[in-house]
Amino acid sequence: MTDDRPPVVIGAGPAGIRAAATLAAAGLVPIVLDEAPASGGQIYRRAPPGFTRPYRALYGFDAAKASRLHTAFDGIKGHIDYRPDTLVWDLRHGALHCLSAGRSREVAYRDVILAPGARDRIIPFPGWTLPGIYTLGGAQIALKYQGCAIGRRVVFMGTGPLLYLVAYQYAKAGGGIAAVLDTTPFAAKRRAVPGLMRAPGTFAKGLWYVAALRARGITIANGIRPVEAEGTDDAVSALLYRNAAGTERRLACDAIAFGFGLSSETQLADLAEIPFAFDPVQQQFLPERDIAGRTPVRGVYLAGDGSGIAGADAAELAGERAALALLEDRGHEVGKPRLAALERDLRQFAGFRATLEAAFPFPADIAAGMPDETVLCRCEGVTAGEFRRAARALEADEINRAKAFSRCGMGRCQGRVCGPAAAVVLAAALNLPPERIGRLRGQPPVKPIPMAVVT
Amino acid sequence: MDAPQFQRLAESDRPRIRLVIDGRPCEALAGDTLLTALLTNGRRLRTSEFGDGPRAGFCLMGACQDCWVALDDGTRLRACTSFVAEGMRIVTRSAVDMSAPGRPKDELIPLGGKARSAKGAL
Repeated sequence: MTDDRPPVVIGAGPAGIRAAATLAAAGLVPIVLDEAPASGGQIYRRAPPGFTRPYRALYGFDAAKASRLHTAFDGIKGHIDYRPDTLVWDLRHGALHCLSAGRSREVAYRDVILAPGARDRIIPFPGWTLPGIYTLGGAQIALKYQGCAIGRRVVFMGTGPLLYLVAYQYAKAGGGIAAVLDTTPFAAKRRAVPGLMRAPGTFAKGLWYVAALRARGITIANGIRPVEAEGTDDAVSALLYRNAAGTERRLACDAIAFGFGLSSETQLADLAEIPFAFDPVQQQFLPERDIAGRTPVRGVYLAGDGSGIAGADAAELAGERAALALLEDRGHEVGKPRLAALERDLRQFAGFRATLEAAFPFPADIAAGMPDETVLCRCEGVTAGEFRRAARALEADEINRAKAFSRCGMGRCQGRVCGPAAAVVLAAALNLPPERIGRLRGQPPVKPIPMAVVT
Repeated sequence: MDAPQFQRLAESDRPRIRLVIDGRPCEALAGDTLLTALLTNGRRLRTSEFGDGPRAGFCLMGACQDCWVALDDGTRLRACTSFVAEGMRIVTRSAVDMSAPGRPKDELIPLGGKARSAKGAL
């Protein structure tokens, strides 16, 4: 009886947890596939066993939310089929291919909620592959998950809410900070204030972090552009940058954390054959879905940052809404007022996205003007110049062709790191709008798996 | 020896674990990822296959795949998502160091290396 197949949830962050809890509340026993060893996702990632810091130290203002979400998951854990340490590496013909403990198994599905989350959005700059240089999210994980700072004198650089949050968390934990370098010009921030006031919580937290950093005497500079990371003894020793006035400055450091907002994990949605469309606000191709998380592909639902960046609060709502959509489609009775409330709140988050993108604009000019000698693809060691030359010489006006000709985006990470910037580099080199050059297609395995598993 | 890349700020009161990095006996803490264990003892995880120097991870969340390290029995582990275990023997300076283009097979790689910019390496 195929109809007895339990629903599957991929991911156990805010979206996946709320989806699983909603399905469990309806009496179903969902299979929850989580690549991590414990639930929580990246934002509410739990410390390993034996770590003792309290929630307040780990999650700050979001401690109550983290605790609520963890408690919710722990409450349903006995009523669902939770499979941690499980990588879904392929999805096709109604089957999920799951790698766990060195073995791959197939999980047949009738309906699945994809909640794979997001990663830092990166723009390479000269020297960025030197040891000591990490994403902002990576710097946060080092502290939250391991109690470590990524260096003794850290530069935080880029844009987005994570920039000030992670710098603040480092300062509070006693970490050494060289400076916080924000690519957003001060004027752009000031213009964004009226819009940000519509989400007073987010705005207040941001102000708090900035004030706390300034109170500690930490330099904050706006409107900067990275020039080059310099290295000594095979590790980073300084960041060369241009300040808002265009003057080059050299800042000694032993670590750099950088990032420019977030980018959705869309590989599984791609393998599920969901159509994608270019989102002009987030400047990336995203899988098509409606407000309820339904996609044009029957039985496949999307929730959370993996279907477009909206943040953890929105992800919780989207997870619940997608699960309710799944239940509706299975013929369950679903409370209409709750649906309306969820959709109203989700629309509000979607509307607020444009404001956030204006407050933390993606500095596409850094990618477009990337010096030719910059390593663009750190997996395959492809420079921006090699990528541009291949694209121009072979008339590769589509990013998968440019990838095939240059190997950029063909490595282990499948373009997760270089992809967003490579799209801008290519579009600029060929003088085309970014939506014209397409997106890197997802390929199985979506992450490296041992050869023995597939042969 | 270079100062380690990572600095412990909290959670240091965990049981000690012994491991061997490039033949050197080292210590880590139970609950450390392999990445943390290596970077609280040094500044590198592996060597880039393309001759552009050492790498020490990047995203720490299993996305970038730039932290795969080799144990001396040939096992490969993603350092940011693997936990360190007692007696692990890790090799961060693999044969790739010896087979970089233009490098004589018998030349030893200097442990320190001299100052260079990323531009200079390309």
